[in-house]
Amino acid sequence: METIKLQENFDAKIDRGDMIEPKDWMPDDYRKTLIRQISQHAHSEIVGMLPEGNWITRAPSLRRKMVLLAKVQDEGGHGLYLYSAAETMGISRDEMIEQLHNGKAKYSSIFNYPTLTWADIGAIGWLVDGAAIMNQVMLQKTSYGPYSRAMVRICKEESFHQRQGYEIMSVLAAGTPEQKEMAQDALNRFWWPSLMMFGPPDASSPNTAQSMRWKIKRETNDELRQKFVDRTVPQAEFIGLKVPDKDLKWNEAKQSYDWGTPDWEEFNNVIKGNGPCNKERLAARVKAHEDGAWVREAAAAYAAKQQQKVAA
Amino acid sequence: MEKHLFNYLLRLADSSLIIGHRLSEWCGHGPVLEEDIALTNISLDFVGRANSLYEYAGKIEEKGRTEDDLAYLRNEREFFNNLLAEQPNGDYAQTILRQYLTDAFEIHFYEALTKSKDETIAGIAAKSLKEIQYHLRHSSSWMLRLGDGTEESNRRLQNALNEIYRFTGSLFETDDNDSALTAAGIVPDLSVIQQLWQKDVDTMLEKAMLKKPENVWMQKGNLQGRHTEHLGYILAEMQSVHRAYPGVKW
Repeated sequence: METIKLQENFDAKIDRGDMIEPKDWMPDDYRKTLIRQISQHAHSEIVGMLPEGNWITRAPSLRRKMVLLAKVQDEGGHGLYLYSAAETMGISRDEMIEQLHNGKAKYSSIFNYPTLTWADIGAIGWLVDGAAIMNQVMLQKTSYGPYSRAMVRICKEESFHQRQGYEIMSVLAAGTPEQKEMAQDALNRFWWPSLMMFGPPDASSPNTAQSMRWKIKRETNDELRQKFVDRTVPQAEFIGLKVPDKDLKWNEAKQSYDWGTPDWEEFNNVIKGNGPCNKERLAARVKAHEDGAWVREAAAAYAAKQQQKVAA
Repeated sequence: MEKHLFNYLLRLADSSLIIGHRLSEWCGHGPVLEEDIALTNISLDFVGRANSLYEYAGKIEEKGRTEDDLAYLRNEREFFNNLLAEQPNGDYAQTILRQYLTDAFEIHFYEALTKSKDETIAGIAAKSLKEIQYHLRHSSSWMLRLGDGTEESNRRLQNALNEIYRFTGSLFETDDNDSALTAAGIVPDLSVIQQLWQKDVDTMLEKAMLKKPENVWMQKGNLQGRHTEHLGYILAEMQSVHRAYPGVKW
């Protein structure tokens, strides 16, 4: 079939709302966009284990420790599904990891902020996972089959993550003045970075229009961001915490909140590598990988020996 | 008898909590993603078991102490975990070896404990045994991969063995506290468990092409709360937030 015909077929499938599957023909740019997006998503899960892992050994009760362990383990599992989904597009996990380590691939900038107190674990679950869910619920209907199916599994677990984060925050907010202050401080530090998780404003988002056309994305960055604000502000009020935005106001006419402008300069800087923990996060991943090289080699050597034995 | 049982439960719970803590230190830093997930999962099993054991210990003691009181509000000299559990992670070989030596003990110990005359203990043991079967499969498979993998992996595993084998005696330490419990059929005779363990370990070391260290002087003292210097740092870290805000809810 000629390329034009293949392209027409592909476009028709997208228009009908059919899923694209790994063996289907797809335009190079569609493939590239998805590899970029899925691998970035996978890397975010893995790098995201670091700020939360930072508090496992210090979790203030055994129950909190167990819940956090289970949550971080889930993140690792999500990373696995997502790497597998990306591999269906013809890139290997090793290549993706290499791209993460050499800075070619990105991960969610939110993980370049430090977790300074226990309350940050609550804030991450509530806000960061809350923002991620907005995006992931949308992606359950994304046009690429393996990505969509990975999202269906992931969404089930993420809603538990969001609830445990909010529960940590509600207990702190209802606790002693010091605990409430710890919770408020975490909200103050994580609020704006969470809003930035949805990406740049639509007007300056280079990829949004094409991704919408391909139905990779089903809602724009700004639409999702607004949804998140509308859902999260009442949750903060309910537990007596204050969202750190002086322009925040309920707009009766549009039945949603008006709110201030994120500091996009900070956002761009963190993306460029100047966030508080960019260097530490990447260094930790690279170190784990390098320190583990001999382990992976041993496993490969052992597997090869076993195969030889079977063959002999 | 309650006092003896309380002491015994603390030993088991402390050993579970401390090795669970060590394993959790790997989270996000494992040699390959699958291992990161496996170690976190195994860590969770140990912390969960510690939680159940502390809960029961608190009940037996009848002083109103909760599982968190027992985990977070005792000092180094009041912890009774085996000395192997608190040893540092080292490289992946040391972690795997520490885990294998522990799992090979626990598979026999907890199996025997499922027959305890104390129903609560037997119940906890039955749940733990299922987890331990998985832990042992995991650590055994890595013992073989590292032992019979590359020259480097074999050397690292051998180094780890030379380094921490001297703490395995502490798995089997026993005192007057235990004899009454053993006589009552509540806990197993550790000397029997030790024989089973030694047989399995010797077989594994051979399969993994390792040389068993000879004439090793076994370090002991944990039943009197005498530990290696590592435990103090584990507790300092683990208990820091809990102790900084006394008496609050989390």
